[in-house]
Amino acid sequence: MAERSLLLDVRNLHVHFRVYEGLSRVLDGVSLQVREGERVGLVGETGCGKTVAMKAAMGILKSPPARFPAGEVFLAGRDVLKMSPTEILAMKGKLIAMIFQDPLSSLNPVFTVGQQMFDVIRYGRRRAGDGKRAVRATLRRTAIEALLSVRLPDPERMLKMYPLELSGGMRQRALIAMALVNRPRLLVADEPGTALDVTIQAQILELLKGLVKEAQIAVLMITHDLGVVREIAERVYIMYAGQVAETGQAMAILDAPEHPYTKGLMASVPRLTGEVLAEGIPGTVPDYTEAPPGCRFHPRCAHRMDICGERKPLPVETAAGRYVACYLYGGESHV
Amino acid sequence: MMPSDQHGLRKPEDSRWAAFRDRLSRGWYKFSRNRISLIGGAMVLFFVFLASFAHFVTPYPHHAGAYTDFANAFEPPSAAHWFGTDSLGADVLTRIVFGSQISFMLAGVVLGISVPFGIFVGLLAGYVGGKTETLIMRITDIFLSLPALVMALAICAAFTPSIDKAMLAVASIWWTWHCRLVHGITRSIKTEEFVQASRVLGASHLRIIFRDILPNCASPIIVKITLDAGFVILVGAGLSFLGLGAQPPAEDLGTMISIGSKYLPERWWMTVFPSLAIFLIILGFNLLGDGLRDALAVEEGV
Amino acid sequence: MQFSYFLLRRLLYTILVLFGLSILIFIIARTLPGNPARLALGPFASKEQIENLERTMGMDKPLPLQYWTYITGIFRGDFGLSFQTRRNVALDIAHYLPATLELVLVSILWVLLLGVPLGVMAARYKDRWPDNLVRIFAFVGVAVPPFVVGLVLQLIFSYLLGILPTTGRLGLMTAPPTHYTGLLIVDSLITGNFSALGDAIAHIILPSFAIAMTGIGQIARLTRGSMSDVASQDYIEASRGFGIPNRIIAFKYMLKPASIPPLTVLGLTFASELSNAFLVETVFAWPGMAKYGIRAILRKDFNAVMGVVLIIGLAFVVVNLIVDILSGYIDPRIRKRQEEA
Repeated sequence: MAERSLLLDVRNLHVHFRVYEGLSRVLDGVSLQVREGERVGLVGETGCGKTVAMKAAMGILKSPPARFPAGEVFLAGRDVLKMSPTEILAMKGKLIAMIFQDPLSSLNPVFTVGQQMFDVIRYGRRRAGDGKRAVRATLRRTAIEALLSVRLPDPERMLKMYPLELSGGMRQRALIAMALVNRPRLLVADEPGTALDVTIQAQILELLKGLVKEAQIAVLMITHDLGVVREIAERVYIMYAGQVAETGQAMAILDAPEHPYTKGLMASVPRLTGEVLAEGIPGTVPDYTEAPPGCRFHPRCAHRMDICGERKPLPVETAAGRYVACYLYGGESHV
Repeated sequence: MMPSDQHGLRKPEDSRWAAFRDRLSRGWYKFSRNRISLIGGAMVLFFVFLASFAHFVTPYPHHAGAYTDFANAFEPPSAAHWFGTDSLGADVLTRIVFGSQISFMLAGVVLGISVPFGIFVGLLAGYVGGKTETLIMRITDIFLSLPALVMALAICAAFTPSIDKAMLAVASIWWTWHCRLVHGITRSIKTEEFVQASRVLGASHLRIIFRDILPNCASPIIVKITLDAGFVILVGAGLSFLGLGAQPPAEDLGTMISIGSKYLPERWWMTVFPSLAIFLIILGFNLLGDGLRDALAVEEGV
Repeated sequence: MQFSYFLLRRLLYTILVLFGLSILIFIIARTLPGNPARLALGPFASKEQIENLERTMGMDKPLPLQYWTYITGIFRGDFGLSFQTRRNVALDIAHYLPATLELVLVSILWVLLLGVPLGVMAARYKDRWPDNLVRIFAFVGVAVPPFVVGLVLQLIFSYLLGILPTTGRLGLMTAPPTHYTGLLIVDSLITGNFSALGDAIAHIILPSFAIAMTGIGQIARLTRGSMSDVASQDYIEASRGFGIPNRIIAFKYMLKPASIPPLTVLGLTFASELSNAFLVETVFAWPGMAKYGIRAILRKDFNAVMGVVLIIGLAFVVVNLIVDILSGYIDPRIRKRQEEA
């Protein structure tokens, strides 16, 4: 397979926050990559820092209070952390689109779907260099096409409706339409569908998968739900407490997890049959102002060794394209 | 400290008042950290102290009330008279302090009458509901259909201008705000499930009112009373300024300003100092009330 | 469809409230101690003259009948006779109302043109010095009695600096423009009378600002709070995520939802402005409703008092209705709530 170009390249990112209790070291050397057209999942439980990582990568993390003591983020080759907010914004419309968790709170309640969509299209085109001012008819046409592509019935009526008049599923579809209408190269989705009923969520994911496959859009899907990963992602990063535990092909990891945390994660998915229905992982997620040194999972790990608490393990390649950050698989420590 | 029975479990009856007490102590902590509210509190205490001990703290206590000394009239501020003298020769500083007495008395009487009445009526409306509620809220709406000052003016129209009639007028409007406040809270709590549950368990209406509803009203009412004090003094001063409140020689600050304004700009001290005084008093109450609102975590709009 | 139904219901209800108000004031005004007839005729009037006047004013009839006569009269435009001017109160009001109306309208202009931008600025520079300055101004604005503001402004700008006039609507030397609306600014604009225009504006600046002080502070504070609330909302972040430029976001997507709380307060602001007008008109010897109304109160001219009260009540109610309609128009969530109620 030819090497596809790198859209998002996060290298050894550290993010700290100054908070009341001290210094919250949320991200401790996170690296991840998304290439053109590939679908990547970023998985971890709530509080593991995945949203922070995503926001930092998108350049929307407010810089005080966040600080970036080390690491780099490259979006289409440009260093995001060094860019000004205006430059980031300029790049965003052309390159990236984002959808967030709750479709209701993502839509401005006092504007109709149409009004919001027109603005998205209008400013996206302007940035794409479409100099002439978009004619209203063109905007309408583009908007209706977009709404049709997400299988919303009666798009003309939908344009005149306000967010509160739509159901959760319809809102999420409208948001997806808005995100994809300007043909971004990367779609970042933060737990889409968590706010929806399970059946609706399944439909939305199905739809999303179809759309991005067809348009060759790269996806960074952030989620805590392994089912979603299985459905959409080709490759996956498992995160714990601000560190990447392992990464590789999604199916490979889900079928045969290597990192103790991932194993614990798989085991805690409730099963309908079998002797053990579910098992939790003992202990709790660490406090980022007093994060454990070395591998942050070590206090909860059944296989911990002394070195685990001293220095953070470097990722080890256990198979082609598969990396685990754990001393159990050999590997040297971080300097 | 939450009360507990012999097993160390918290007794549910007291938990809502306990929650309020907890809110109070946490509120005090937060309040004491907020410089602005402390300043407001200090100002209020200062002025109340001055007014309460007017006889002892003013340089010429005999200048209060009916006093004339035309020889010394219209003296500009000097060492003998810090704020100068007025048209009758009385010391302005002294009269300001005695005038503030009247303002505070106004606030005290008005709030003392209207708050309990308003709470009672609000509870009644919110709890009993039905036709009583409709009737009470309609009457409230009627009283609120005019701005406060205008309504007070209209009521004052019925009587000869005097300070007690002014107090009556303002009091007869003021209960509506507290009625509305308490009514809203009562209604929202009454529909909560735990209330229905306690009714099933046999709790009497009175118990529910005292145990569940009133503690929730306590914080907003405290904040509102503080802010009201400032506002009532403002309205009272307005009435006096128009000639409908305190009448000479028992002037309050509004009357003083009204009289003083006739002598602008040459005898400016007769207007400026009472104006300053009333501004600081109202400001003090506002700062205090705002700080309390912050400390007791009450929403805006109260 | 549903919205106009809601409107109708609101209208009906407010008419009811106005009726209630009229009954309340009527009872107060007419069952009061003190004899208005004697007051009007002076201390040397004979008993006969007083009784005559009382009969003319219908004071000998039972109270409910008096009320009925009065209310039916209103619908004919007959607001009863004023004790002082001996003519229909409606005429008196028509004479004095424009002055007050003009004053209050200009005050509202101040509130909108100063209050909103100050609030937006305070939100933009949150917790920095512009914000703190605006908050101090708002506090002071609410704490100072309006007549004090009026007096201070008079002191500074009229007496000390001498750049603005002290009292009245027009200077003694200026001829008023031809009367169309009674609003001097409007009339002088219509007739192209620019010297009168300038003079009228000069006279209205200080009193209108004095009235507006409280409102400016309240609206500024509310706009600030509301803007900063909206700014932290998810949908603003989402629109940034969609690549909409910041300028558009600020002036369109933030301002619209943020304008709702200030709008609702505008109704209350108007009410406080009406009250403030009473005080400020006295300071500036403004020939408006205040002068008429207060004289009516002191002379127990109850028809006049009723007239003034009803007009103010009506104005208040109309403004609140407009505010409700506007809120419903801007924010569909409010519209829904209104329709459901």
